[in-house]
Amino acid sequence: MEVFVQQLINGITLGSIYGLIAIGYTMVFGIIGMVNFAHGDVFMVSAFIALVTLLIVTAWLGITSVTLALLIVLVVAMVLTSVVNWTIERFAYRPLRGSFRLAPLISAIGMSIFLSNFVQVAQGPRVKSVPPLVTGEYVLFGGSAGYPVTLSAKQIVIWVVTAVLLAAFWYVVRHTPLGRAQRACEQDRKMAALLGIDVDRTIAVTFVMGAALAAVAGTLYLMYYGVISFADGFTPGVKAFTAAVLGGIGSLPGAVVGGLLIGLIETFWSAYFTTDYKDVAAFSILAITLIFLPQGLLGRPDVEKV
Amino acid sequence: MPGDAQAGEAQATGLPYARALKDTGLAAVVAFAILLPLVGFNTVQDISNRLVLETRFGTLAVFVALIAAATFINTAFLAPWRSRRARLARTRRTGRVAQWLSRRFAPFALGFVLVYPALVLFVTGPSGALKWIDNFGIQILIYVMLGFGLNIVVGLAGLLDLGYVAFYAVGAYSYALLAKTFGLSFYILLPLAGILAAFWGVLLGFPVLRLRGDYLAIVTLAFGEIIRLVLINWVPVTNGYAGISGVPRPTFFGIPFTAGDSGFAAIFGLPFSPVYRTVFLYYLILALALVTAGVTLRLRRLPVGRAWEALREDEIACRSLGINTTNTKLTAFAIGAMFGGFAGSFFAARQGFISPESFTFMESATILSIVVLGGMGSQIGVAIAAVAMVGGTEILRDLDFLKHIFGPDFEPTQYRMLVFGFAMVVIMIWKPRGLVSTREPTAFLKERRIISRDLVKEGRG
Repeated sequence: MEVFVQQLINGITLGSIYGLIAIGYTMVFGIIGMVNFAHGDVFMVSAFIALVTLLIVTAWLGITSVTLALLIVLVVAMVLTSVVNWTIERFAYRPLRGSFRLAPLISAIGMSIFLSNFVQVAQGPRVKSVPPLVTGEYVLFGGSAGYPVTLSAKQIVIWVVTAVLLAAFWYVVRHTPLGRAQRACEQDRKMAALLGIDVDRTIAVTFVMGAALAAVAGTLYLMYYGVISFADGFTPGVKAFTAAVLGGIGSLPGAVVGGLLIGLIETFWSAYFTTDYKDVAAFSILAITLIFLPQGLLGRPDVEKV
Repeated sequence: MPGDAQAGEAQATGLPYARALKDTGLAAVVAFAILLPLVGFNTVQDISNRLVLETRFGTLAVFVALIAAATFINTAFLAPWRSRRARLARTRRTGRVAQWLSRRFAPFALGFVLVYPALVLFVTGPSGALKWIDNFGIQILIYVMLGFGLNIVVGLAGLLDLGYVAFYAVGAYSYALLAKTFGLSFYILLPLAGILAAFWGVLLGFPVLRLRGDYLAIVTLAFGEIIRLVLINWVPVTNGYAGISGVPRPTFFGIPFTAGDSGFAAIFGLPFSPVYRTVFLYYLILALALVTAGVTLRLRRLPVGRAWEALREDEIACRSLGINTTNTKLTAFAIGAMFGGFAGSFFAARQGFISPESFTFMESATILSIVVLGGMGSQIGVAIAAVAMVGGTEILRDLDFLKHIFGPDFEPTQYRMLVFGFAMVVIMIWKPRGLVSTREPTAFLKERRIISRDLVKEGRG
């Protein structure tokens, strides 16, 4: 029981991070039907931006308030990562719009290789570790008797930040003209353009929003694990994409649900079976889901028309 | 950089320089924002193992200036020139170069690869030749063969496979394990490895081929990762990360390439040199690649090949005409996997050592990019793309003269993948349809005509 609750807590934390990345995949796929392969590396770049900002804020500016430091890091990472993804979209994907389907995918794979190697060259191949920013943990129950179930402060931070940002994001997509334009482009790009929506701008905004959420994930990842290296973009990226597909690609709540599920599967598998095969478990469940439920958990079944 | 899109408008307004300057300013600001944290600061560990920051504002300024200059040149000069050329090209008959390429280029290229080892031996002598034949010849030909194999799946049948490296791995491990355990020869295990890989192709394909396009892509990606993770974790059989070493090398039809009395050199009365083995391996992989190309060409004329191409163009029409789409996809998958298995067993035999490191997603991405950059479906295109991408990045290993320009700390090899990724993006933007962007239809009415790739739909899987 204690192990179960503990793993539930850990799984939700990991799942929140996957869910935040998965939204970037699912939004881009929904609007231009492209698998943005570089998104995992954008996440990694955002973690590096957060790392540098954190060092500037704590070591150079000497800010000691944890809340303020975290807030500054979060905002800077979100803004700069958005600019990065905006540039990538402009440079590598926009010229290929309307081209055949595999062209943007290959471009994205190239961008992914470029980003991870750029960071390797610019920041070195070693794993970077930072001292924990948020410390402290609370024992929920089972303290002295046996296995203590703990909830650490950084897990609470991750839950709160994720929940607040997802709520804000949900509001933007559902209740603002911008979100309406996005949903219109997702349904029918040509018709949206005829009705006066700037499609290019809307797509760029989609990339920016995806990047901002990836930057949140990157910052939280850095804060939670305390380490980051140039190669850390691929595996979380693939798992987040798995999450997006599992939840039903194109569906925003699906991405979050899928992320949480992948996080839970991974932690429970590690706890009850073996850590060696945790990724195998996540991928196998993806394959099984797709075979029996090709549209994902919350996705719309798409009908192929002649 | 940014501003590419406005290039056309810039000329239309008649004020290209004002527009270019504005774009340049924007590019500089964006470049500064992006590069400030990653280039402007460097995170290094100090003596007490804590992470501290170093500043590199000089490098940052150089980068920003370079990007701004590139943007200015692009928007002010290159973009108007490009749009002028595009307008001219519309009136010109297209495809003449491509026709010449496909008619004349192939025999020349084939002749060149046949005499390549002799040429290298003549120019550099036996000691220097080893590197050129091995790193460039064999390495590129392995990718050519993998490209041909994947071309069947992606280019002909239109099924996007992001886990092709799994079959390559199955072939390599099949050969390594069977050869070490049972001592079977390379020539028995080569077909066996291919059959095993094909078997895995069917095993994977059976449940997933009902999926469409991108779902298929992600499941194949997952499958590739699963195979790699199993290779890493199933230590009793695969020896995990450490890999399998001492894999038996192929022999010259029974005669080993060793220094002893029964070795190749002694029997043929030649002085011993490792170059014979390399040359033999070169011709072996060349033969394998040519077999793959030949089989593909023949298959395209068979009903199953026609069905693949029809499937790529329109799956619903195929089904309406009574083609069993599942079986058709499955054969494409199995045959593609089989060639991957051949290439894998050759790879294991050539290296003498294999580990899961060689079968990462990067390999799948490289092979797929070779197929797409070559212009899907075009065999010559695949070969050219393999030479450009693999050979091009191999050359970066040898650019020692750059050290004189950038200082002794400059390490060209670490920029290899950086350039590779960047080249992928640039080639895709420059030629989204691939390098050879025309195709000869397999089935035709009355007259065989080369048509532009734009008229052919890609597969939707």
